[in-house]
Amino acid sequence: MVALDSNREGLRRDGRLERLRLFGLSSPALLMVLVVLVIPVGWLFYVSFVGADGQFSLENYERMIKRKSYARIFVTTFQVSLLTTGLCIMIGYPLAYFLSQLPNRLANLLMITVLLPFWTSLLVRTYAWLVLLQKKGLVNDWAISLGLWDEPVKIVHNMTGTLIGMVHIMLPFLILPVYNAMKAIDKDYLKAASNLGASPHRAFWTVFFPLSTPGLFAGSLMVFVLCLGFFVTPAVLGGGKVIMVSMKIVSNIELFVNWGAASALGVVLLVITMVILWVASRFVNLAAMTGGGH
Amino acid sequence: MLNWLKRPASETQITHGQRLWLYVFATVVMLLLVTPTLIVIPMSFSDSQYLEFPPETWSLRWYKSYFNSPEWMNATFTSLKAAFLTMLVATPVGVIAAYGLHTSRVAWVRLAFMLLITPMMVPVVLVAIGAFYVFVKLNLLYSLTGLVLAHSILALPLVLIVTGSALKSYDMNQELAARSLGAARWKAFVTITLPQIRFAVVTAALLAFLTSFDEVVIAMFISGGDNPTLTRNMFNALRDQIDPTIAAISTIMIGVTTLMMILAQIFGRGSGGK
Repeated sequence: MVALDSNREGLRRDGRLERLRLFGLSSPALLMVLVVLVIPVGWLFYVSFVGADGQFSLENYERMIKRKSYARIFVTTFQVSLLTTGLCIMIGYPLAYFLSQLPNRLANLLMITVLLPFWTSLLVRTYAWLVLLQKKGLVNDWAISLGLWDEPVKIVHNMTGTLIGMVHIMLPFLILPVYNAMKAIDKDYLKAASNLGASPHRAFWTVFFPLSTPGLFAGSLMVFVLCLGFFVTPAVLGGGKVIMVSMKIVSNIELFVNWGAASALGVVLLVITMVILWVASRFVNLAAMTGGGH
Repeated sequence: MLNWLKRPASETQITHGQRLWLYVFATVVMLLLVTPTLIVIPMSFSDSQYLEFPPETWSLRWYKSYFNSPEWMNATFTSLKAAFLTMLVATPVGVIAAYGLHTSRVAWVRLAFMLLITPMMVPVVLVAIGAFYVFVKLNLLYSLTGLVLAHSILALPLVLIVTGSALKSYDMNQELAARSLGAARWKAFVTITLPQIRFAVVTAALLAFLTSFDEVVIAMFISGGDNPTLTRNMFNALRDQIDPTIAAISTIMIGVTTLMMILAQIFGRGSGGK
């Protein structure tokens, strides 16, 4: 009996050691994330509480509340993020629905139109829009020759241009999870609904749409959170008129070398992002969201 | 055609005719998704300073200006080197982490996983200024090592998620069988498990490459000096004026991306698609 017990004890210890050793395989990755991300962000957190005189102070945060320009930046950031997310839903949901209704082969083929921009460099796509939307650009040319408007219209270096670029870049992030959710819906439910007398319209809104909401929610969340921290597209297509939080962070460092102000903004941005993700994670499986993208 | 319009289109007996609007709408959206990027390709062969479409006279002028510029060439090689090295660092580190977290059943696995995917959640600007600060201290600023390190942590979550999901659908008992027949754990992994998740590993590696190759914001801060990346130089050029050389570079970048997509299609087949 004693021998058996000590044997069991030994096995358990071995098992524990083995699990620890396996866990250790993740240590290089953890170490990298620790050094390049966790420690620096922790330091930024610390710097955000240091005032100009080197003492602990809340001045960096107070400035954000007191100055109107900062409030405007946060409003712009939320505006752009909300509008982009809304437009992505309005454009992306019908497209995902269309694709989900097609036979698999055709759907996979047409999916290339979503995946190609998804894989293409963000900078290249932003540049393409800059070229197309400029005063002498293709869009103005065509619109004038079609008689839509008479004079070249300013559609870039402002909010319109920013939104066009952002929506184009974010669409795949919405379409892919929505499409995956729609593909997983059992078509028999819809048959049952029509069999019971529901009109196509009603069957869609009472059966199909609710079943697709997890994907829609995950996709919208992804788009919204990505928008909050976006930099490249608003910086290029906004022409200095659309200033988002991330751009202010960059200019605080590049132009004013004010690490305190930049860090405080960064901390606020990070906290907002994390709170949104945390609240959302109680309603939706975040792993499915991150896994759905690829 | 008229018959087709009246035929039911889905389980709900809605006819094709009734949702013709959806087909039109979807076609327009798909065109809008693809054309803006693709239109840059013919434009880059235009002879004019004002990128016209369709080009009135064709020329390789902007390609010449790209290939003859030592700055652009240097930046291109830096980007390619960084992307290749990021792939070589992030893929093995990510794959063994995914394997470790998948097999180990200690309580911290969830926490470790969350930590490893944070680079995806944290706004990239923060990662950039954070890395800038550390690299100044570590003397890694403007170095290839620093760039590769920073890009690797961006690529890690992708590698982790792609290989992690492949491991989930893989039957670990096969490895157990190999080990019960006397294979060491690492040997069982290399000879039994790895070959079966290889599609996911290849996809992960290509994603890691592209993550680094396309990255702008971090590169803006920590690349420079002798080692500016292609994207950093492109971004700076975009802020100043619309240099048509960028159209030529964009075309080349679209080529690289397409090549990666094709490679992923060829080698990633069997992993259950994307």
